[in-house]
Amino acid sequence: METEFTPLVSAFGGVLIGTASVLLMLFMGRIMGATGILAGLFSPASREDFYWRAAILAGMVSAPLAYLAVMGQMPAVQVPVSTPMLLIGGFIVGIGVTFGSGCTSGHGVCGMARLSPRSITATISFMIGTGITVFVIRHVIGG
Amino acid sequence: MRILATYLIGLIFGLGISISGMANPAKVLNFFDVAGTWDPSLIFVMGGAVIVAFIGYRFVLKRPTGPILDRKFLVPSSNVIDLKLIGGSLVFGVGWGIAGFCPGGALPALGTGRIEVIVFTAALVAGIFAARFLMHFRRPTAPTQA
Repeated sequence: METEFTPLVSAFGGVLIGTASVLLMLFMGRIMGATGILAGLFSPASREDFYWRAAILAGMVSAPLAYLAVMGQMPAVQVPVSTPMLLIGGFIVGIGVTFGSGCTSGHGVCGMARLSPRSITATISFMIGTGITVFVIRHVIGG
Repeated sequence: MRILATYLIGLIFGLGISISGMANPAKVLNFFDVAGTWDPSLIFVMGGAVIVAFIGYRFVLKRPTGPILDRKFLVPSSNVIDLKLIGGSLVFGVGWGIAGFCPGGALPALGTGRIEVIVFTAALVAGIFAARFLMHFRRPTAPTQA
């Protein structure tokens, strides 16, 4: 499935992601990592800790509706992946981000911005993992 | 105040994800499909996000009074690069390559109500719990809850 190359729109989205990361550090002193925020929701340090995690997730989930209100349509979500593969992939992602202590947002954006050697290593590792997997699925198995 | 601030920060993050294409598995997978239907857009997402965060963190982390609504900056201090970090990240990459969603892309996408996102997120949470369970048994000396 082809998708359109959108450098400006994508960079603007990236700027918003970076802005949210800076604001979360400014206000809460926290890393904007989706994995950390989600995982912490299930084992919050305190009631207060649970509340801010729930609030930030509520903000994320309401974003497509805000997008709909402004743009007149939902953001594109095209899924060229079968349900069993979504289940398998999701489960593997959950295991990987827990052992790796972060994902694209925590390591790839916040950690890279801090020039953290751990996050740079993690980002290179998952990019390699994803690249090889996509190649194998599309060009070796899929052919 | 904390609730309102974090809600709005989540909204900005979610809008960034929605606009950038990170919530769209077709676009994400095409970024990695250099040998096929390559779409390099996502490098602009990462570039934009990292540059803004790099500059912003320089200023924010210098604040002597810490964050506005909390006591101190909680920034990871570990510099340990071990098999757990590299292996875990590689495994994450494999899962991302299979599903096309990463956690930061999927959570805002839940707001579209699409069943695919709900399926992925449920499996993601199951994977997080499975990993915690595995870690628990890998470290028998860790304190256990009675």
